[in-house]
Amino acid sequence: MNLEGYTLQLILKEIENGNLSPEDVNEFYHRRSADLNRVLNAYITLLDPEKSRPEGDLKGIAIAIKDNISTKGVRTTCASKMLENYIPPYDATAVSSLKKHGGSLLGKTNMDEFAMGSSGENSAFGPTRNPLNREYVTGGSSSGSAAAVAADMAPIALGSDTGGSVRAPASFTGIIGFKPSYGAVSRYGLIAYANSLEVIGILGKSVQDVSLLFKMIAGKDPMDSTSVNVELMEKNISKPRILVIKSFVELSADEVKKEFYSSIGKLESAGFEINYADKFSLTDYMLSAYYTIACAEASTNLSRYDGIRYGPKVESAGNWRDYISRARSFFGPEVKARIMMGTFILSAGYYETYYLRALQLRKIIKQEFEKIISGYDAVYVPTMPVLPWRIGNAIEDPKIAYAADVLTVLPNLTGSPAISLPVGKVREFFVGGQFIGLKDEDMKVLKVAEMAENVLQVKKSGRN
Amino acid sequence: MEEIKVGLEVHVQLVTLRTKLFCSCSSDYRGKPPNVNICPVCTGLPGSMPALNRKAVEEALKVVLMLNAQPYETSYFFRKTYFYPDLPKNFQITQYDKAGGYPLAHDGSLKLSNGKTVRIERIHLEEDPGRIYYEGSRATARYSLIDYNRSGIALIEIVTAPDMSSPEEARDFVERLTTILSDVGINVKDYEGALRVDVNVSYAGGERVEVKNVTGAASVEKAIVYEAFRQKTMYEKGIKVVRETRAWDEKRRITIASRGKEFEAEYRYMPEPDLPPVTVTESLIQKVKDEIGGSQEERYRELISDGINEELAKKISSDKDLFNVYEKIKFYEPSLKQLAANVLANEISYLIKRYSIKNLPEDVSGLAEILQNYKMIPDHESAVAYLKKWMDGERVKVSLKTVSAEDLHDDIMQTISENYDKIKNLEYSKKFEFLMGILIKKFGKENKKVLVEELTKVLNKTK
Ligand SMILES: [Zn+2]
Repeated sequence: MNLEGYTLQLILKEIENGNLSPEDVNEFYHRRSADLNRVLNAYITLLDPEKSRPEGDLKGIAIAIKDNISTKGVRTTCASKMLENYIPPYDATAVSSLKKHGGSLLGKTNMDEFAMGSSGENSAFGPTRNPLNREYVTGGSSSGSAAAVAADMAPIALGSDTGGSVRAPASFTGIIGFKPSYGAVSRYGLIAYANSLEVIGILGKSVQDVSLLFKMIAGKDPMDSTSVNVELMEKNISKPRILVIKSFVELSADEVKKEFYSSIGKLESAGFEINYADKFSLTDYMLSAYYTIACAEASTNLSRYDGIRYGPKVESAGNWRDYISRARSFFGPEVKARIMMGTFILSAGYYETYYLRALQLRKIIKQEFEKIISGYDAVYVPTMPVLPWRIGNAIEDPKIAYAADVLTVLPNLTGSPAISLPVGKVREFFVGGQFIGLKDEDMKVLKVAEMAENVLQVKKSGRN
Repeated sequence: MEEIKVGLEVHVQLVTLRTKLFCSCSSDYRGKPPNVNICPVCTGLPGSMPALNRKAVEEALKVVLMLNAQPYETSYFFRKTYFYPDLPKNFQITQYDKAGGYPLAHDGSLKLSNGKTVRIERIHLEEDPGRIYYEGSRATARYSLIDYNRSGIALIEIVTAPDMSSPEEARDFVERLTTILSDVGINVKDYEGALRVDVNVSYAGGERVEVKNVTGAASVEKAIVYEAFRQKTMYEKGIKVVRETRAWDEKRRITIASRGKEFEAEYRYMPEPDLPPVTVTESLIQKVKDEIGGSQEERYRELISDGINEELAKKISSDKDLFNVYEKIKFYEPSLKQLAANVLANEISYLIKRYSIKNLPEDVSGLAEILQNYKMIPDHESAVAYLKKWMDGERVKVSLKTVSAEDLHDDIMQTISENYDKIKNLEYSKKFEFLMGILIKKFGKENKKVLVEELTKVLNKTK
């Protein structure tokens, strides 16, 4: 039995029809994962197949979970030495929702440490490799979830998106990555990096797959005071009204630009109404606001990792400062850098100069976005302005690091839903395009993306 | 002592709450084994998030209103970051009045016994840290043991202006505050460590020294006496007092340097992104106002105007529970109020102390029954027994109706036959005494007379 290219919906249909059993399905993904993980490094922890529980919508199907989402009794490392042996005593709300729907756990996926990174290389467990070309990065930070879905090592996966962490790797591996509205999915149990920006997202093989899972994990949770109930009714759109922000496209490399514009042509001939805005006036401030807020929040979130409750045993010789610096040495370089930046930003005297202004900027960016999107169903721009790069290359070229985030952070600053899907192909890689909507209008962007997916048919090899 | 200025930061646990500030763990931590009332939230596990206990806001507002402070319509929670092992997240969730934040309330006041008004700058909500234990002493213990049962308990912090100018005034402030807190049910005296004070003392316009973690009004006074003396001595010797944090050593009755210098800068305050702002609406304030009723002064005035004498009025007005019972009885049957005041101030107050009773029953019908029949209860001892019964929440029926002789006959015969083996060899007087004991228990002293008559009759017949 070979389930390569199967969507989750197809699997569920085949189980319904009696052509597949949940045990067979879980067995297939488990065996394939154990096999491919040696080269792709998509999983940090791969579990033994559970005795499946066929009740519920998911019929016992095992799902991959990013390793920053708490799973009861299963170690949750955040791809960090600091949490190498941390076993949460509780399930994240999203995980218990999936279990309630009959889902089970396939394994915990690799990622950039504490979700800080856009390439999947900053992991204490080694970089995740791109199934499309193993010498190349997957994008991050939900690198393992993307690689697992793209390589048929999982039918679908949960990730998290703080500044593009679901959409970037989805784009680089040629799959669907959905970042719901801020608060649409409970963050309870998601190990915090930047609380006010992030949300649990879904990586899958089709828009319908991610939509199906989204409806299972969405909803207000009393454990997360920032969570909300978003409308989950299917939207009916006959002629999607799309706004393309030209300056975002122009930031992209030529091969990305070319594929992206050609996708616009196809959508237009299929009846999409395409409109253009020259630019988003606050583009230059987006990354500054994003990094200021993210680092500030991260620096306090990560202060609990002091070597007392988490992390390898630390020698207690010397004074408290000696001890703390030994304990904090278990963080990787990217995490250390962001903690230091955040600590600086929150220091007295700088707080107003940096942090408060970043919060004000975010407010203005949100207002500006609401203005620009009014009258349209979604904004359409490339997800990543470049194609995947070779593992190790970003270190030499800081421009790549900038490019990695510039197009993805906007929805995190505005709390908008955003979905990335493959819209073009260059050599073995795909070009990802993202639809961004107004906050809490998740079903609308999902509908638009589904219509675009049907028009573009980029991955014809996949069975639907 | 005129040259000293004292300001207080009083931390009060909201002991009326059953659960913690941001999770549903029990707040009842005293005397419990370590780390039993804990969950991912109050131990700060990765991924856990705080969710505000709205009841804590209501309880805190009671204190706010009693101290004449102004609640902000919107206030915010902040993270105050510092490393300390009893703080599981290494930041404390508290409220802050700078950096765009607002505390729960501002600008209150409290009047001291000498008529002076102490300004209250702000009142805010925050979480209590856990506790550290050292086996033996801190110096010799091999480990620091941490108990998180207290972690996340709801606290309010009341920050005064440096308006007190003597140790006695500071002590008076804490005492008055304790009474006000008990007016709204927060009986800090019943809970060890529920009220902790950081004392700020400066001498002759010098730097302010903070003495942390002083428990109780008497210790506040002692700590200030010592600290003022220390600073005065330094001043006279020409040594500059430095701004620092010191700790109060209750045993040695001195303050000692601790932690070194702490500056605001090191706390890196930032808004707590996991908690929405706290909104206090007019209707919430009204609801809280309705719940708290008046102050001790208002209660005292009401008792006096009811014609209760000063001594009784003082006693009853100082305890809100007693006053509530008084009010209920007055409503139930106005003619009982004088007697109720007497009984509340004497017998019931005595029983509360004697048996450490925490709460009086909501239902006062049993008490009303006792008071209505009070004159007919044969002696003081039985009256107290009835009152105790009511306070224990049992049903009280004062059986004052004298039983008729015919009714008793059968009971007496039955009592005799049940105890026949025990009494058959006793001489008459002993036999009589024994049986009376049982019958009095059964029918009450008020029926003693008829019992004696009837038992005599029966025994004489059977002789
Ligand atoms: Zn708890």
